[in-house]
Amino acid sequence: MSYLQRSRFRFSLLFILSFAFPVQAQIDLSGEWGAVFHEDSDERRPGPEMVEYQGIPINEAARRRALSWSPSLLTLPEHQCKPHPSDYGSRGPSNMRIWKEIDSESQQLIAYHTRIRWQAPERTIWMDGRGRPPEYAAHTWQGFSTGHWEGNVLVVRTTHLKQGWARRNGIARSDLSEFTEHFIRHGNIMTQVVMVSDPVYLTEPFIRTNNWKINLAQQIPPYLCETVTEIDRPQGEVPHYLPDQNPFLREHADRYNLPLEGVLGGAETMYPSFIE
Amino acid sequence: MIINLNIIRSIISATALCFCLFNSGVTLAQQNFDDVEIKVLHVQGNIYMLVGEGGNITLQAGEQGVLIVDTMFAPLSDKIFAAIRSVSDKPITYIINTHGHGDHIGGNANLAQMGSNIAGGNTIDLFAAGAGNQAKVVAHENVMASILAQENPIPIEGWPTDTYYTSKKDLFFNGEAIMITHQPNAHTDGDSLIFFRRSDVISTGDIFRTTAYPFIDVANGGSLQGVLDGLNYILDLAVPADRQENGTMIIPGHGRLTDEADVLDYRDMLTIIRDRIAYRIDQGDSLSQVKATEPTFDYDDRFGLNSGTFTTEKFIEVIYNELSIRN
Repeated sequence: MSYLQRSRFRFSLLFILSFAFPVQAQIDLSGEWGAVFHEDSDERRPGPEMVEYQGIPINEAARRRALSWSPSLLTLPEHQCKPHPSDYGSRGPSNMRIWKEIDSESQQLIAYHTRIRWQAPERTIWMDGRGRPPEYAAHTWQGFSTGHWEGNVLVVRTTHLKQGWARRNGIARSDLSEFTEHFIRHGNIMTQVVMVSDPVYLTEPFIRTNNWKINLAQQIPPYLCETVTEIDRPQGEVPHYLPDQNPFLREHADRYNLPLEGVLGGAETMYPSFIE
Repeated sequence: MIINLNIIRSIISATALCFCLFNSGVTLAQQNFDDVEIKVLHVQGNIYMLVGEGGNITLQAGEQGVLIVDTMFAPLSDKIFAAIRSVSDKPITYIINTHGHGDHIGGNANLAQMGSNIAGGNTIDLFAAGAGNQAKVVAHENVMASILAQENPIPIEGWPTDTYYTSKKDLFFNGEAIMITHQPNAHTDGDSLIFFRRSDVISTGDIFRTTAYPFIDVANGGSLQGVLDGLNYILDLAVPADRQENGTMIIPGHGRLTDEADVLDYRDMLTIIRDRIAYRIDQGDSLSQVKATEPTFDYDDRFGLNSGTFTTEKFIEVIYNELSIRN
């Protein structure tokens, strides 16, 4: 191979590689994404029923806590405007905007930002390799997220979460939880796989998937929540059910003719063998 | 009769427990602070949180000087002073104590003597010798009383110089209103809650901690209802910002930085546990029967303690005894 041929070959190789291996993002996730509710629609839109815990790997502590939970808790002003935590935000009305923060000098990707419709939580996924805050730093609804690419998949790890919920019928998720997400884009469809671990309330990781479809006409409204005192209560009153006094204990089970032990959840209820 | 016996047993246990807590000589002899690092976290405005061993320190720094809330343990004073110097080169002018436990006032004497107060400077000769040579120490008078009651109290240089006996005391320092309110019979009978109004930060002392159920020091006047009243007062003061987050920031006695939502969950939990135990008492249950119902079970993996001075079992006992007396 002559010098000229070798030079042409090297240039061609470099040209091809420059497209094949971008330095940062493997695929861009930016855009307006409309939530697709074909999966778990009943749980995600009208919402789960009381004492409908099946399919979640909760332990006995989570079960007892959920059984003491009263929806009236949400009448307390301090509870009214809480956004979904980031591990749950994709489950609700989750039309989402994703945008990139780029360093203007280096053109390196610093972060992805997301905003979701319901309660408008904004979240940052740091892509610049920064370290996590110390353990004594504040926890937030969205937590502290860092991401990296595995091929075309954005993998995100989130810590520093506030106490939240695994399902919005009283199943608690503790502030010691962490979760990992995989964002997978297939053209105009994006899938998110969320794997939550909780040393307090889960016996094994709780895994869910959510999907979006690109929506170029989407507009996400501003955050407009204001608290109101719906019921005058004595200061410090906290609505809840005492043990063994939840009036909805059997409602869901009876409506669908299910055994009570089935609707009370636990890892075993995630698997087909439990039904058998 | 059963209730009375349990009350007596509990009081004896609590007294023994508090003797251990206050006997700082015993505590310090068993504890090695060599590896403890004092970490500084800027909260917002003029306020920083210092984290190490013992109770968190709240630090306010400005042109007039440095104000700290609590002082951890005495052997940590040099490290704490170095941490303060990383924020401000002004003198320590005020120390405020949230209560009288050794892990919060242990460094009072050392740090007070490292500071000076505004009685110094050109007016120093007008006062008794040394009047301006150390920081003022502010606390509720019950803190002073608890120090005087100890067999091995902290050195006299660390005793409160400025006590209050009313429901509140105000300061204005570094351009900021500082509201100190007494929280009666909460963690102890001498708890102060400090609200830095312009920075919008509350320092709670041990009325609130993120690491465990509250330690209710019955022998020193503590009660669950007092803790709940204190938490409800914090919720009244705190206003979250956008999306029910941040806004008023809250520094707990122990654990991580928080805001209203974290206090809210803690308050909810304690109220629910109280109501469960109260219900069982109303049903005529004995302490052992109440314990058998596991009234804290769903929170124990997060806040329960199986060893140490104030276990989950002790926590239930204290609530049971308090509610039984009330009934």
